[in-house]
Amino acid sequence: MLTIQLLLLLIFAAALIKVFGQAKRQEISAGTAMLWTVFWLLAGYIVVRPNDTFYLAKALGVGRGADAVVYLALALIFFMLFRLTIKVEKINRDITKVVRKESLDEKK
Amino acid sequence: MILAVVPAYNEEKKIGRVVRDLFQHGFKVIVIDDGSVDCTSKEAAASGAVVLKHKINRGQGAALQTGNDYALAQGAETVVHFDADGQFNPADIAPAVKLLQDQQLDVVLGSRFLDRRSQLPWLKRYVILPVGRLVNFLLTGVWLTDAHNGFRILSRQALEKIKITQDGMAHNTEILAQLKKQNLKFAETPVEVKYFEYGQGIRGGFKILVEWVVGLLIK
Repeated sequence: MLTIQLLLLLIFAAALIKVFGQAKRQEISAGTAMLWTVFWLLAGYIVVRPNDTFYLAKALGVGRGADAVVYLALALIFFMLFRLTIKVEKINRDITKVVRKESLDEKK
Repeated sequence: MILAVVPAYNEEKKIGRVVRDLFQHGFKVIVIDDGSVDCTSKEAAASGAVVLKHKINRGQGAALQTGNDYALAQGAETVVHFDADGQFNPADIAPAVKLLQDQQLDVVLGSRFLDRRSQLPWLKRYVILPVGRLVNFLLTGVWLTDAHNGFRILSRQALEKIKITQDGMAHNTEILAQLKKQNLKFAETPVEVKYFEYGQGIRGGFKILVEWVVGLLIK
């Protein structure tokens, strides 16, 4: 096993432990925990058996397995960024509601 | 009752004069101090305004909605949106209110392009604002002679229908979109704008566009 594979597996294992911890403390829902568990296990599988991505690449019409992984990872990152942006904006609006209500209540 | 709603953020040097000018023109003034770290609240209150204070800065759109809610609760029949930096001329309010009442409009919007009083920087007059007008039209379907001008007169009916959810500067576009959606009657009125600072540039315009798009995705 290459050093990079070992390093990535350690990082993924740490991410999994964090997911289990958050699920145990009920900071994330069971569904979210399940999704992240599957995601990190799949990432670990790809790291251990990178050649298996050939089938994925073939199915997607991409030349190499590594390319397919990079494309999918990029798409996932953009999707997550999008979700985060929306979430941050929602939180911002909730903060505004609280601030506005407080200022109006003070004048009642 | 006509209420002037003045959102203010760190305007301690100018807010007092703006409030006094509005009083001299016969308007009751509400200042929404949007989380200022200077003495804006103190200066506004000393000049006779009712001051509502946001504990933290939330943006001009948020401050305007707080002012609108307060004005509605106070039974205001007409509300004037007026900037705190002294760039508007309070003498423009009376003709705008008259236009609102005579033509039974819901909203009157200020325009810098209906007379020659506003000394606009060249880039703003010929590039930024025409592009802004076009973007506003594409986003809202409302074609105006000006873009993103904060001077507005709103009837009580308009106040009840318009809800500003865009905290930042995209509220200008959001108000236009709501005018169109709610079928509110509106017209433009000439206003004078004095430029002490450059205001919204190209970068600011782009930021407004991003805020608007993100806002659409939340609803």
